[in-house]
Amino acid sequence: MADLVDPPLVQLLTPEGERVEHPDYRFDGDDEMIAGLYRDLVLTRRIDTEATALQRHGELGIWASLLGQEAAQIGSGRALAPQDFAFPTYREHGVAWCRDVDPMALLRLFRGTDQGTWDPDEHNFGLYTIVIGAQTLHATGYAMGIQRDGAVGTGEAGRDAAVVAYFGDGATSQGDVNEAFVYAAVMNAPVVFFCQNNQWAISEPTTRQTRVPLYQRAAGFGFPGVRVDGNDVLAVHAVTTEALQRAREGSGPSLIEAFTYRMGAHTTTDDPTRYRVSDEVERWKLRDPLERVRAYLRRVHAVDEAFFTDIETEAEAIGERLRADVRALPDPDPTMLFGNVFTEQTSELAAEQAEYAAWSASLESEVVR
Amino acid sequence: MSATTMTMAKALNAGLRRAMDDDAKVVLMGEDIGRLGGVFRITDGLQKDFGDERVIDTPLAESGILGTAVGLALRGYRPVVEIQFDGFVYPAYDQIVSQVAKFRYRSGGRVTMPIVIRIPFGGGIGAVEHHSESPEAQFAHTPGLKVVACSNPRDAYWMIQQAVASPDPVVFLEPKRLYHSTKAEIDVEATPAPLFSSQVVRPGTSATVLAYGPSVSVAMGAADAGVADGLDLEVIDLRTLSPLDLGPVHESVRKTGRAVVVHEAHRNLGMGAEIAARITEECFYSLEAPVLRVGGYDTPYPPSRVEETWLPDLDRVLDAVDRSLAW
Repeated sequence: MADLVDPPLVQLLTPEGERVEHPDYRFDGDDEMIAGLYRDLVLTRRIDTEATALQRHGELGIWASLLGQEAAQIGSGRALAPQDFAFPTYREHGVAWCRDVDPMALLRLFRGTDQGTWDPDEHNFGLYTIVIGAQTLHATGYAMGIQRDGAVGTGEAGRDAAVVAYFGDGATSQGDVNEAFVYAAVMNAPVVFFCQNNQWAISEPTTRQTRVPLYQRAAGFGFPGVRVDGNDVLAVHAVTTEALQRAREGSGPSLIEAFTYRMGAHTTTDDPTRYRVSDEVERWKLRDPLERVRAYLRRVHAVDEAFFTDIETEAEAIGERLRADVRALPDPDPTMLFGNVFTEQTSELAAEQAEYAAWSASLESEVVR
Repeated sequence: MSATTMTMAKALNAGLRRAMDDDAKVVLMGEDIGRLGGVFRITDGLQKDFGDERVIDTPLAESGILGTAVGLALRGYRPVVEIQFDGFVYPAYDQIVSQVAKFRYRSGGRVTMPIVIRIPFGGGIGAVEHHSESPEAQFAHTPGLKVVACSNPRDAYWMIQQAVASPDPVVFLEPKRLYHSTKAEIDVEATPAPLFSSQVVRPGTSATVLAYGPSVSVAMGAADAGVADGLDLEVIDLRTLSPLDLGPVHESVRKTGRAVVVHEAHRNLGMGAEIAARITEECFYSLEAPVLRVGGYDTPYPPSRVEETWLPDLDRVLDAVDRSLAW
């Protein structure tokens, strides 16, 4: 089991904020880009903490926090080209941020006013998927579509496309994820499987999902796997950039295991104090994905102090906007119940809707009496 | 008229070929559907003519077939998947009911799932277990899925093309015991009946017999045999199980006053239960007897040497008609 907790992982920025070299991977951005990534990390965390607070105040039905996983999401999300497509599970708020999905779209889903209705094709970002691992097959099928469109291996930078499928360590036990690995491998599909190993599948540790480090699973399916420090935004960016490029070139799938940690609960309904010790949480706090980037930027004087206070101000403004907008969200009109089951409503559903309307109207007339 | 005589297997093959000719986004997926042409040869020759990018031999993983079909649909393709046998659809059940069926609703109408799920269904071919099941109620019970069953080569030819053209997901049930045993003349230039419509296939006055898929020929056989006893049965081929097209059914029951529903699937909570309830709600004052059901028994599908006992046959249908008339 030692391998599971003491992984050989790709790291380019230490928890102390020092850049380090790796023989196979290199972050090719400049300090300005790192400053941009830092802004993404802070704002994503702010959206997440605001959503958690809104749930605690009864404004959201539930929230799945990404606290601690910001670097895994921003590092990979910022590696995507516009024509690439991401398939999320239900915790990819940072990737959604990178794909310009309004955070309010996420909050509407968790408030229960809709089921996640951003336009996937406008953002190249799929709908949140609750069933664990189901989206890894959707990603693989989409990648097979990219192949059939001739958008792989053309050598045109703006044309060649890839897909990234996000999932957690628990999902690797699911049949669908393993089937996705099989399909992607034998079809040579341009898909990157991005596993955020956050150590816990609700209350079950990774040791309840696997006896080998997850990135090693890829070898058995016939494609490369790599374990990256999921709290190191530079390393995640470098590793994902390479995997995506490999897919776009026509070299097939790969698996990235972003070794990270869920700092909070699985969702707001969960109580992690029942299954894990505070020592562990404290240890991971020392590897906070934001702190090391801040330490680096300060160390090399890439930005001035106003940069940090400006971002804090921006984050506060986002928090305030979300708070106000969530509280102002109207409940949907009940007739939305009957729409969009099919492209055209069936006469059966139309009759049910009419029945509801008549019943609803009869209740109102009773109230009037 | 350009008519050709075809078996149901050939009719499906010809219908798929025409659908693929009409729309380059149509892709076929399934186990053994390429060089082998499928275990029932429904896709015979299609990979040779359309290539392996459009007729895809998949790994042996049903959830994978449906899950990747969802992804292809999201990319703008129209996948037609073949499930090899009815009892093998269950590993794909989650992808069908949780993903395929719900995508449009949960996306607020932004995403459509034009997927056809072809399932050879029903018994009577002497197969081992898991090869003779009738899972239609499980899909008809799922909002967001349309479910149809063909019963003859002519319908098979047209309905498969209409299903492929449908913007919404269609579970397409093919009565496997009729694949090679029925032939019909098909006018390929005719105007077909709408996909989601039931059809009176034999007019009559004594009672209404409702059936779909393989049970239609059983019902027709019963109607033919009943003539000797002075019966004049009206037979309706339901064709669409979700949505149900009960207009012609209600009209018929108002005329005959009696209805018998026939299907191979288990009786308990089967399609017959829903149809009986809906007839009762709409035609209560026209009914001379309760709506009766003839179905497979509420057991798992039995060993093939006794399947003829399990399957509804002509005698059991006529017995139900007699009970209705004696009420």
